[in-house]
Amino acid sequence: MIDKLKEAVREHLEELELVIGYGEGYDPLHATPIFVRRPEEVDRLLWNPLCVYNLATYLYGLKGKKVGVVVKGCDSRSVLQLLNEGLISREEVFLFGLPCSGVLDLRKLAERVDVGRVEEVSWQEGKILVRTREKEETIPLEEVLQDRCLSCPYPTPLIYDVLLGDPLPPKGENEALLRQVKELEELTPPERLRYWKEELERCIRCYACRNACPLCVCQDWCAAEARDPHWISMRDGVKEKWMWQVLHALHLAGRCTGCGECERACPMGIPLLRIRMKINAELRELFDYEAGVKEGERPPLLTYQVSEPKIEEPKW
Amino acid sequence: MKFLKREDIPGLLGRLSERFRVYVPVKRAEVVLWRPWREGVQPALEHQGTEPPKAVLFPRSETLLRFGCERKEVQVEETIEAPPTVIFGSRPCDARGFLIYDRVFLDEGNPDPYYRARREATTIVTVLCLDPERTCFCSTVGGGPLDEEGSDLVLLPLEGGYLAKALTPKGEALLGDGAFVEASEGQLSEAERLRERAKMEPLLELDGIPERFNESFTSDLWERVSQKCISCGACTFLCPTCYCFNITDERTPEGAERLRNWDACMFYHYTLEASGHNPRPTKAERYRNRIGHKFSYYPSLYEGLFACCGCGRCIKSCPVSLDIREVLRELVSYGK
Repeated sequence: MIDKLKEAVREHLEELELVIGYGEGYDPLHATPIFVRRPEEVDRLLWNPLCVYNLATYLYGLKGKKVGVVVKGCDSRSVLQLLNEGLISREEVFLFGLPCSGVLDLRKLAERVDVGRVEEVSWQEGKILVRTREKEETIPLEEVLQDRCLSCPYPTPLIYDVLLGDPLPPKGENEALLRQVKELEELTPPERLRYWKEELERCIRCYACRNACPLCVCQDWCAAEARDPHWISMRDGVKEKWMWQVLHALHLAGRCTGCGECERACPMGIPLLRIRMKINAELRELFDYEAGVKEGERPPLLTYQVSEPKIEEPKW
Repeated sequence: MKFLKREDIPGLLGRLSERFRVYVPVKRAEVVLWRPWREGVQPALEHQGTEPPKAVLFPRSETLLRFGCERKEVQVEETIEAPPTVIFGSRPCDARGFLIYDRVFLDEGNPDPYYRARREATTIVTVLCLDPERTCFCSTVGGGPLDEEGSDLVLLPLEGGYLAKALTPKGEALLGDGAFVEASEGQLSEAERLRERAKMEPLLELDGIPERFNESFTSDLWERVSQKCISCGACTFLCPTCYCFNITDERTPEGAERLRNWDACMFYHYTLEASGHNPRPTKAERYRNRIGHKFSYYPSLYEGLFACCGCGRCIKSCPVSLDIREVLRELVSYGK
């Protein structure tokens, strides 16, 4: 697939200002976003389960330029959503679509190997081989893929200009993530409160969750940082951290495509995707809507109907 | 030289916590954070913490003063809080981070009373590093895995426990606890062997980097190296040497208080001026400032020292894996 990708990027590079793809990162366990501008840089492109980043995150900031971007199935949903909200224009993006069978969860891997001291990584059919100074481990990918990849409904990009590989069938309907939501729902309210207090207590308000989110386009103008008016105090309490996370979650209601970048980017390992999936499930229930799956669809919270079929109006 | 058996650590921490606030690295979910020690808490001394212990001396948010108004009288209340504290299980890079802070906050002409009070009341116990991670580069910026500077007591990991060495009277005072026993000859020679093995060569030579930075100031290098940066504050908030803050006045049920909160030069609002002008409007200027502060401005003010301790947290916690060492490599060869 990587040869096809390089070939396609070479072919289209001239008509584009730059192409955002994946390259080698600082150690064998990390890929990193790279920005290809010249033909001789095309060979730096990489494609494997370490390509975790959702590169659609850069698109809004590059508006006005014609940009090529490598997208997995999940990433393509972010692009669709950005298009549906009119935040980017179709003529300005060229999508190199890659069918994807899942990307790694480095935190899961960290439970199995000393991820800070990895010397070599290689791939076998369905397996990852990791060598540290002490030992070599062969781990089935299924055991260390991100949860959202385990039952991914859209492994093949839903929108693309070129598709570089055979389309892959859906793995499920997000069962792995929805199970986590259900587990939380089954807790009593005081238990659930305790769970979130403990998780959110370690938030450091670095806003990595926000800035890694492809749909969080307010960025520098985010209400969380506004100083006039000063909506949220910078006090270091769970209350303030919670307020920030609720603000973030609600602003993404009906917009979040569940790409999981918020959770992956969080340096404190807060399970933020559970909040997103809960809200996404509600949106699906209420409006029969899933963000970023159909071109031209209007997000339900960006419009209104006089009466909603699934929302009971108060009887006056 | 003294030896501290691993199984004696909880007892030691229990006795210390009768006299001090004791902070230890604790594993929570998949991350290692600094939290107050309590009975039953297992300190995670084997790995570098996800966060450094900086918040112990420089809290994420602290009250500088409280104020209010009663019968037309303005009341101002000072709020310095500095109980005796032990940081137990920092790393050499973490201890070095506080030395960088000291030059700023203990500056003779203008010391920060809040930081000074806490600094004076704190004892730092450091676990030396025998097996640095791939992201570590302390020896490149003046430190090292066995660096003792900035610590009051250092612990060298050995079979079954730690060889302990006091470096200051504060550290010496802790050694009085019964958990520290005389080390054996065998332990001392094993320590020597391990010390030899733990030596770490610098990755690159940073001579002349402040000048290269100044020369590169207006070049497109900064736009290029910051392209993938998403402008969050993970690198600065997890950095043992970053100390930028913002001050706000906020209401409380009783009146109001003046708060000092962490801030980060990676944020747009950090340099946004009242006029609406922002001298660092894009991430390129902001990332340039991060590097400039650490490798040019700070060394020009303080004895040529870098405001970086090489802990590598900014690399491994970066959501897009931006590697500061790569940027330094580019900068060192700038113009060559």
